[in-house]
Amino acid sequence: MSNLLHVSNSPHVRDKRTTSSIMADVFLALLPASIYGIYNFGAKAAVILIVSTLSAILFEWLYQVLMGQKVTVTDCSAAVTGLLLGMNLSHTVPWWMAVLGSAFAIIIVKQLFGGLGQNFMNPALGARCFLMISFAGQMTSFTYDGVTGATPLSFVKNGALSEVSVKDMFFGGIAGTIGETSALWLLVGALYLVIRKVITLRIPVTYIVTVVLMVTLFGGQGFDIKYIAAHVFGGGLILGAFFMATDYVSSPITVKGQYVYAVCLGVLTAIFRLFGGTAEGVSYSIIICNLLVPLIEKITMPTPFGMGGKQHE
Amino acid sequence: MNKPVERLYNGIVKENPVFVMMLGMCPTLAVTSSAINGAGMGLTTTVVLTLSNMMIAALRKLIPNRVRIPAFIVVVATFVTLVQMLLQAYIPSLNKSLGIYIPLIVVNCIILGRAEAYASKNKVIPSMFDGLGMGLGFTIALTLIGLFREILGNGTAFNVTVMPKVYEPITIFVLAPGAFFVLAFLVAIQNKIRNRKAVNVKLVTSCDAGCAGCASAGICGGHEKQIDGEAVLKEQKQE
Repeated sequence: MSNLLHVSNSPHVRDKRTTSSIMADVFLALLPASIYGIYNFGAKAAVILIVSTLSAILFEWLYQVLMGQKVTVTDCSAAVTGLLLGMNLSHTVPWWMAVLGSAFAIIIVKQLFGGLGQNFMNPALGARCFLMISFAGQMTSFTYDGVTGATPLSFVKNGALSEVSVKDMFFGGIAGTIGETSALWLLVGALYLVIRKVITLRIPVTYIVTVVLMVTLFGGQGFDIKYIAAHVFGGGLILGAFFMATDYVSSPITVKGQYVYAVCLGVLTAIFRLFGGTAEGVSYSIIICNLLVPLIEKITMPTPFGMGGKQHE
Repeated sequence: MNKPVERLYNGIVKENPVFVMMLGMCPTLAVTSSAINGAGMGLTTTVVLTLSNMMIAALRKLIPNRVRIPAFIVVVATFVTLVQMLLQAYIPSLNKSLGIYIPLIVVNCIILGRAEAYASKNKVIPSMFDGLGMGLGFTIALTLIGLFREILGNGTAFNVTVMPKVYEPITIFVLAPGAFFVLAFLVAIQNKIRNRKAVNVKLVTSCDAGCAGCASAGICGGHEKQIDGEAVLKEQKQE
């Protein structure tokens, strides 16, 4: 009998796409910017990226083996987390900091809350903020071409806008974390993800537009192209908006919710950058908005067909 | 086991206010940035807890039931004021680092909880040992949390450098998030140990919820039946 009946529960829509294929796509999309980062910052950047990626995979495997769980390292999600974390570090940090960050991302932020799909914030960003608070000195010292340099955003923060070149920021010839400097290669990766329909443009575009609006309104420079370009290309906004704010697990699933979420992100990022103590604010605003996601989903829950309107007695 | 020893064991291990009952989380998380702060807070609380438990037990027949909470608060506040004045006079450094958390001992839920649950119903001597046990349990927990935070976040233990020079202090542990991390890990570890113990013990309960919170316990007379812990755990695993 069991051979005759092929009835399963809904959903009945099937797709060939799997977690592993999506994660592999994201990993591929991150590669152009990573490779550019290695070209830009040299072998030390390569060491950080490789160490953070491998240690993330290792910690995931170790945790699942020790806890007697099904080992799911082959779904690439740990690799993506590790690579993202590496891209969020300055190439001058010692390698053990990348290992510590990966351990925090995988074990504390991801696995302790139930593994992939259950983590309430982006693991890579959680780890970046953990390292940022713990080792503020090393995490914010950036060098470019062997010279300790300020990021475009800190130039802007200190009112030295003339030091900033829009061309350099777009192509990546600036100081910053390994993965955030080249807007061009990040956008190439993002384009691949959009074409493969892994991400939609809803969150990233709304996020960036909100930041631009906020900066224009409250930045005190009016609509100055150079000033706005520094905010869009000069920091982690492109990396954050396309690759981390769109993380499936920690962003809302409702369409309306995604707009609300992206606007919150933009407002917070602009507030942190313009009025906060530090020059950068993308990572904190993403993890704070990750925490808001359950509430956002609750208020933007779509009404099923036939359930709307006033109930008639 | 005689009463005083039983009370001490109960406070330190069995019903440890921090690790088991999760009481007094505010000072637990806020002042444990170093082992000395943790121990100082714990000992201050122990003194207040022991004295207030004794006083409340002595006055238990005089305090009208309806106004017992304000009466307890007055007793506790008196001792807190005394202790704070003593600290200001003799250990000003500790007084300074604990700051607002000393006056806040007045509303510490462990102290009110013990007054309500134990001291107001028992004699002076057992109440004293109950306060002492709970206070020591609190002190041990706070010192442990403070010790881990200080070692990881500052590389020192009781202000003595213990970590090798190459060790880079992870500053987050002396900040607020570190308190949550350390507390969570310590509770997890001791739950692991405790649960292993619990499996081997034959639990005594009446119905699923137990008699403690049951309104009809008086009617059924607490029909207690023996439950084999190991068998229950096996059943749960199979499900």
